[in-house]
Amino acid sequence: MDKPLNNRAWWLVAPVFAIVAFSAILPIMTVVNYSVQDTFGNNQFFWNGLGWFQELLDPATELGGRFFDALWRNLLFSAIILAIEVPLGILVALSMPREGWKVAATLVLMALPLLIPWNVVGTIWQVFARADIGLLGYGLNWLGIDYNYTGDPLAAWITIVVMDVWHWTSLVALLCYAGLKSIPDAYYQAARIDGASRWAVFRTIQLPKMKRVLLIAVLLRFMDSFMIYTEPFVLTGGGPGNATTFLSIDLVKLALGQFDLGKAAAMSLVYNLIVLAVCWVFYTVMTHAGTERPKEETPA
Amino acid sequence: MDDFTTRLAENTAWMAWTWQTGLFFAAIASLLVVFTLIAVWKPERPRVGVLTIPTTRGDRLFITLLGSAFINLAWLGLVGPELGWALALCLVYALAVFRFV
Repeated sequence: MDKPLNNRAWWLVAPVFAIVAFSAILPIMTVVNYSVQDTFGNNQFFWNGLGWFQELLDPATELGGRFFDALWRNLLFSAIILAIEVPLGILVALSMPREGWKVAATLVLMALPLLIPWNVVGTIWQVFARADIGLLGYGLNWLGIDYNYTGDPLAAWITIVVMDVWHWTSLVALLCYAGLKSIPDAYYQAARIDGASRWAVFRTIQLPKMKRVLLIAVLLRFMDSFMIYTEPFVLTGGGPGNATTFLSIDLVKLALGQFDLGKAAAMSLVYNLIVLAVCWVFYTVMTHAGTERPKEETPA
Repeated sequence: MDDFTTRLAENTAWMAWTWQTGLFFAAIASLLVVFTLIAVWKPERPRVGVLTIPTTRGDRLFITLLGSAFINLAWLGLVGPELGWALALCLVYALAVFRFV
């Protein structure tokens, strides 16, 4: 590839750029503009400089306190669902059938939760977990377990985590299944000749071959859970108290509930920077995952 | 033309634009323009640096800008609102990124 690329094709992107300018660039400029100002309504704005950012990054203030609380809450949530969904997804993928009509049936079944709109997932679980009419909530209470997700923070957390696991484990499983399918039969034959145990096959053949799809699964699930809004909003609305107020829910409360545009703008910019950094890692890993391949495999 | 600018200013007054925001985005926009011109003038091939990923000048600019945002935020949170030294630190960081990444 010594010849430099012909860059004239970039002009074809011009219409998209014009649309993005209005739908993304101008709004983000507005957010930056609001983040350095304060308003008391009536469309009057006052210069506040870096004040909101300073407040946001200081956990001792009201704004900083709620921001860091929501941030840690969100990171804890992401860690919990990753710790459950990734091993569970691998386990499900390993036990999925490899051939015959069962493959199609399993794939359809696995894809079902992924096809349900997120607010519907929230509604399903909101009704399912209710202590008065929901099957889960009523059943648990009937068994003598005191369960009420609207009043007990722990119950609310467990419900949201279980809901997320129900909704997204199939994604991890399907990605892992694709990784498993790409392993040639010769690897398993060699393992059988060597008399390798089930665990050894998993450790030395299946897991290394799933490394790349697992990386994608972890990054996808992290991003999604870090930006989660719809399902917990429908299920608990951030409550009880602020127990399940994740970053995006807190941001909406701040911007639309209290109409603190300056504070909300500063918070969304910092939030956006974190998401942008993770997205960049995600994009880099995705686009360069294949290029390292020859280097890895030559020594073996 | 003068009529147009006064009308534009009147019609966007409700958006409460500040010249500081304008300066911030003008700086980023001019950086993008400069890098585009350099790319047209001297096309390059990606190179592999300390991050073990191939990067072009544009990638390095992105890493610089994103990192600088975090440097400024960390300075604001840990040191104080005087960002002069933070910007100097960003410059050092930028030089390091363009040299080694």
